[in-house]
Order: sequence, then structure tokens, then C-alpha cells
Amino acid sequence: MEDFGIKVQKFIGLFSGASGDVYREEIFTGLQNTLKIAVVGLLLGILIGTLIAIVRVIPKYKTLPKVLNAICSIYVGFFRGTPIVVQLLLFYFVALPLMGVNIPSVTVAMIVFGLNSGAYVSEIMRSGIQSVDPGQMEGGRSVGLSFSTTMIRIVIPQAVKNILPTLGNEFISLIKETSVVSFVGALDLYVAFRKIGTSTYEFMVPYLAMAVIYIVLIAIVSGLIKLLERGLKKSDRG
Amino acid sequence: MIEVKNLNKSFGKVHVLHDINVNIEKGEKVVVIGPSGSGKSTFLRCLNCMEDPTSGEINFNGVNIADMKVDINVHRQKMGMVFQHFNLFNNKTVLQNLMLAPVLLEKKRMRKLRFKNPNKEPIKSTKEIKAEVEKTARELLERIGLSDKADVYPSQLSGGQKQRVAIARSLCMNPDVILFDEPTSALDPEMVGEVLQLMKELADSGMTMVVVTHEMGFAREVGTRVLFMDQGRIVEEGTPDDIFNHPKNARLQEFLSKVLV
Repeated sequence: MEDFGIKVQKFIGLFSGASGDVYREEIFTGLQNTLKIAVVGLLLGILIGTLIAIVRVIPKYKTLPKVLNAICSIYVGFFRGTPIVVQLLLFYFVALPLMGVNIPSVTVAMIVFGLNSGAYVSEIMRSGIQSVDPGQMEGGRSVGLSFSTTMIRIVIPQAVKNILPTLGNEFISLIKETSVVSFVGALDLYVAFRKIGTSTYEFMVPYLAMAVIYIVLIAIVSGLIKLLERGLKKSDRG
Repeated sequence: MIEVKNLNKSFGKVHVLHDINVNIEKGEKVVVIGPSGSGKSTFLRCLNCMEDPTSGEINFNGVNIADMKVDINVHRQKMGMVFQHFNLFNNKTVLQNLMLAPVLLEKKRMRKLRFKNPNKEPIKSTKEIKAEVEKTARELLERIGLSDKADVYPSQLSGGQKQRVAIARSLCMNPDVILFDEPTSALDPEMVGEVLQLMKELADSGMTMVVVTHEMGFAREVGTRVLFMDQGRIVEEGTPDDIFNHPKNARLQEFLSKVLV
């Protein structure tokens, strides 16, 4: 245990030395990128997921909804059927070179995480929409509102309230999953601490510190979600 | 006003409505009675295409709204509906429940007017539309005696209050006719009275109404015409006096003997 104490002191000492600023900056950039990828990924995921969920609950009398539904099924099947690492690699090393575009790896990570979480959010959102009383849709249609207006104004707000805890979980798992973006060379929290480890030949404390940061981060996010849930409860029986 | 021609409705292989033919004139209060499973609610829900008819015509103000090419939303604005389970918007306050559709639809109309305005109608701003609709909505809440509940969510209302708000919500569209689908069936007995009272007032004000109900007292007192349905057919129709005091059909006689105890 004495050994461990020295290691901790050494680790803390890193930040006061000449190169302390560099380490601090890398950890900070890593944290920023981790959050950026998770937040943008979630927002993109909610957007894509909501659209897919709507397509999947539209009554299917006509050809167009049927075709859209088939496309959505393939989309969801692909993104739920392959690991996120595979999707990142495919996007970065196959899709982008084929299209001949070059974009920064952090942006790539945001897009891929968005596409991936879209597939998951669509299933969450679909169950949310189906949990809303069908009478709400009928009420809206009976006063002359269209399917989409009723969906957007009445059904989805209630669905979101029902699925908020699940959506929060999705965000939390996104934050954690971002630790694989190093596969395409993006600098996230994990990369920042790995760098410290490789430059000092000492991994134990940096990785421990990394774990603590993740735990604190997720505790804060859970707290925020709880607050949000309470805010949205105001139309319930008080 | 509403002319139903050879209306048929099937759910899969189950044939629920058989060749219904009815004419409903302006100002009439048509009450539909019958045993459960007789197709009353389905008939009513076909009138505003909440259920799409399998075949037949529903001519509303001269337009066949059963035709899938017709924009049903335009016609539903003039055809209010009140449901057994109220179906108020749970995420909106009482006032917002009344205002939502009129405001959105008027805004949509104004957007269209910007492009095509042959009669040089003045274009109202969103603010003006909201103020106008809010005035109507508050008057309606006053009329149903729930002014103090304007900013309350539906979950905080009693069943009777919810149903009165639901009636006000359809009135806020200024409809030509209101369809009532068993409006008092989900209510506690002591709340039935306040809803029926409001419906009576509505009837007295000249509103055209089609009411599916088990309240025989209401049918007798308010109805101008009563339809008795059984097994997806209109078996007998006539004035309340004909139906309740001189029923001809055996099935109707049996039904009444059970209902009017």
C-alpha cells in the first residue's frame, strides 16, 4: 500500500511539473470531446429515432409508408446488429474514403454515435408512443388536426415524458460507449489518460482517476435527468 | 346535412354495419340506442371517418367524406366529437385544450392566404388569432361554469368536469354538428346530471346533435328522432313517442322491457 501512496503522489505531481499544463489540457480536451460526442450523438439520435418511430406507427394503407417502414427496419437492423466499433471503422475507413471526403475523427464519432443511437432511440420512442392512450390521437383528429400535428403537439410530448428515464439511460450508456472512439484516432477521456500512462510507464493511478471522472460525470447527468423528470411532472395529478 | 348511403363497415371478417341509410337534417337531435355490440358506436365513428367505412357514402354538407381523396381534417373541424373517455389533451391545460386546434388551424389558413387571397381578406397576426380564440374559449368556459379551471390540467378535474371541457373543446371549433359517443357512460352516477344538463342546453340552442347513449330519459326528452340499432342494422326509427310508447319491432320491445324498469 505504501507503493500505491507514492504512485498517487507521483500522479498528482505530474500536474504541478513543467508539463502539467499539457496534461491538464489533454484531459480537458478529452473530457470535452467525450461530452460533445455523447450530447451531439444523443440529440441526433433523438431526431432520427423520433422520425423512425413515427414512420413505424403510421397506419400503413399506402405504398409510401410501407417503403419507408422497410427502409427503417433495415436501418435499425444494421445499427443494432453490429458493434459500434465496427460502425465507426466502416464509416471512417470505408464510407468516407469511398465518398472521397475527409472530416475530423471527432465529427465522425458524433455522426456515427448519432446514427447508432437513432436506432436505439427509435425503439424507445416507439414504445413511448404506444404507451400513450390512443384516445389522445382520436381527440386531436376529432377537432380537425392532422396525424402529424397531433403526433407532434400531443402524443410525442406525452411519450417523451414516459420514456425520459429510459432516454436518460441511453445518454449514460452513450457517454460510456464513447471510450471506443480511439479506434478512429479521436482524443477522448480514455486517450488522454492512456497518454499519461504511456509517457510515465505508470497506468494504475491514471486509469483509476479516469474511472472516478466517469463516475462523477454520470452521477451529475443522473441528477440532471431526475430534475428534468420532476419538471415535466407538472401536468400529472399533483 | 349528413346523408348516409349504404354504409357498410367490416373489421376483418366481422361485418359490423349492414347497409345503413340515414338522413340527418340541420337542428335535429338524433339519439341512437341499442344493445351493446349492435354497432352504435361504430356507426357514429364512421360519420366523421374516425373509422373508415368499408363501403358507402357519407355526404356531409354535400361532400362525400368517405372518399379517401377528400381532406377529412377540413370537414372534421365542422363535425365535433365527444368521447366516452373524454380524450382531453393530458399535456395541455383546460384553456389550451380549447384553444389548440382553432389557433393552429387559423394560423394555417392565414399562411395559405399570404399566397392566395382572392377576397382580400385581412391577414391576422398570431397574436390577434390567439386573442380572438382565447376570448371565445373563455366565454365557453364561463358558459360551462368552469372559468376557474382554465389553467388546470385535465388530471385535476372530475369526470363530469372533463366531459364538460370536452364538449367546450368541440364547441370552440364552432361546429355544424356534434357527435356524442356514450358521453356519460364512464361517469360516476352523480356526475351524469351536469353533463346531460349541458347537452340539453346545447340542444335548446339549436345545435345539431347525434347522440349514442344508454340514457333513455335523455333520449325521450331531448331527442327529435330515435334510431334503434341491433346487429349492425337500424331496426326501427321514429319520434321518441313512437319508439318508447309504441314500439313495433319485437327486438326493440324486448330491449325496452329490460332497460326501462
